[in-house]
Amino acid sequence: MGSPAPERIVRFSGTVRLAHWLLASTFFVMLFTGMCLYLPALSRLVGRPTAKAWHLWSAIALLVGIAVLLLIGNRRSLTGVVRDADRLDQDDVAWLKGGPRRLFDHDDAPPQGRLNAGQKLNTMVMLGLMVVLAISGTLLWLGERDTTYRFGGSVLTHDLASLAIGFLVMGHLYLALVHPTTRHALRGMVVGDVDRAWAERNHATWAMSESVQSAERNA
Amino acid sequence: MTANAPTPRPGGRPIGRAAFLGTVATGVGSIALLSRYSGSVQAAIQKVSAAVPGVNQIAPTAGWRIYTVADQMPTFNAATFKLKVSGHVANPVTLSWSEVDALATETQVTDFHCVTGWSVDKVHWEGFRARTLIDLVRPAGNARYVTFVSTEAPYVDQLTLAQFTAPGVMVAKKQDGVALKQEHGAPLRLVVPAMYGYKSVKWVGEIRFDAKRADGYWEQNGYDVDAFIGRSNGLTGS
Ligand code: HEM
Repeated sequence: MGSPAPERIVRFSGTVRLAHWLLASTFFVMLFTGMCLYLPALSRLVGRPTAKAWHLWSAIALLVGIAVLLLIGNRRSLTGVVRDADRLDQDDVAWLKGGPRRLFDHDDAPPQGRLNAGQKLNTMVMLGLMVVLAISGTLLWLGERDTTYRFGGSVLTHDLASLAIGFLVMGHLYLALVHPTTRHALRGMVVGDVDRAWAERNHATWAMSESVQSAERNA
Repeated sequence: MTANAPTPRPGGRPIGRAAFLGTVATGVGSIALLSRYSGSVQAAIQKVSAAVPGVNQIAPTAGWRIYTVADQMPTFNAATFKLKVSGHVANPVTLSWSEVDALATETQVTDFHCVTGWSVDKVHWEGFRARTLIDLVRPAGNARYVTFVSTEAPYVDQLTLAQFTAPGVMVAKKQDGVALKQEHGAPLRLVVPAMYGYKSVKWVGEIRFDAKRADGYWEQNGYDVDAFIGRSNGLTGS
C-alpha cells in the first residue's frame, strides 16, 4: 500500500471555477485583440476589423456567461466568494501591514481566511477595472455610432485601465503558477479542492472553520 | 470601552467594496477629466515615453493611433502605383508614382486631431496642393465636390472644392521628413488640418471631381460631413 492520499478540503465550487475561467479566457482574448488594435506592428498580424469583432464578442460572451451563471449556477457560492473578498478583519489589516514580505515568510503572518488580504484587494480592484473597461469600451462603441457618446477621455481611460489590469494579471499569474508557497492554489481553481495541510499553513482561519463545520456535520 | 465605539462586525469591515467602488469611481472620473484635459495628459505621456528608448517604436505613445477599416493595409509598390484623377475634368489623367513624385510640393507644420480625442501637435508634412492638380486636370464648372477614394476599400471621403483649395490642405507624400509610412497611408494621404482626421483619407488611389455630394465612410455612420475641429460632431465650439 502507498502512502495515504493527502486530506483535501473544497475551496471553490464548480460555479466559481467556471466564472473564473470564463473571465480568464475572455480576458486574454480581449487583451490580445486590444493589443492588436493598439500596436501597429500587431495590427498587421491580425487586421483591425477582425480584432475588433473578437474584442467585442468576447466582451459580450463574458457578460452573457456571468448572467447565465448567476441564473442557473450555484449563486450562493459565487456571492460567497465576493463576500469573502469584501470583508477584511483585523488579521487582514495586520497581514497587509507586512507588505510584500508576506509572500515569503508566513511563520509570523496573521492567520488568513479562504482568501488572504492581498487576494481580497486584488479581486476587488480587478473587478473594478473590468467595470471601468466595460464602461469606457461601451462608450467607445457607442461613440462610433452616435457622437453624443464621444468623449476624448474614453480611449485614454480604456488604455490606462488595460495597462493597470495587465500589471495585476502579471502578478496574479506569477503567484498562481510560479511562486512556491502560493502555486498550490492553482489546484483549488482547477479541480476545486486543496491540501488540508497547505490550507492550515496559509489559510488557517478558513481551514479551522472548515474542520469545525465538518466535525459538526459528522456529529 | 468607549461608549460610541462600534462593535466590530464578526466578518470584518467592507474594505473590499471600498476598493471596488474606488476603482470604478477613479475610472469614471478619469473619463470625465481626461475628456477635458486629454491634450495635456497626452503631452505628459509623450514626454515620459520619449525618455524610454524603444517605446515609441512599438507603442503609439508618440500620439498616433492607427485606424483602419480593412483587415489588410494597402501596400505601396512604386513600380505599379497609379493615381487616377477623374470625374468632371477636361483632362483626366492616370499618374505613375514617378509622375506624382515630380509634382511641385510645399511643406507645412500643422496639428492633427482625431475625432476620438487624441491629437498630435506640429506634424511636418510635405505634399502637393489642390492648385497643382486643378491646373493639370482643369475641372469643369459643375465639379463642386472632390472625392478621395482610398485603396483601402471601402474607405472614401469627400470635400467641397472650396474646402480642398483652402489653405493648409494638401495631398502629402512625406511626414516628419520621411516618405509616408504604410500605416500613415503610403504613398499618399490627404491632410485637412482644420477638420478631424477621418477627412484626411489615407492610401489615396483616386481623386474624383464630382458634381454631386456623397457621404464618406464615417458620414454614413452618422459623423458630420463638415468635420471642423471643435465645431462638429456634437461640439459647438466657443
Ligand atoms: C469589457 C468590455 C470591453 C469593451 C466593451 C471594449 C470595447 C472596446 C472598443 C469599442 C475599443 C475600440 C476599438 C477601436 O479602436 O476601434 C476597444 C479598444 C481596446 N481595448 Fe477594449 N473593451 C473591453 C474590454 C477590454 C479589456 C478587458 C482589455 C484589456 C485588458 C481591453 C483592451 C483594449 C485595448 C488595448 C484597446 C485599444 C485602444 C486604443 O486603440 O488605444 N478592452 N475596446
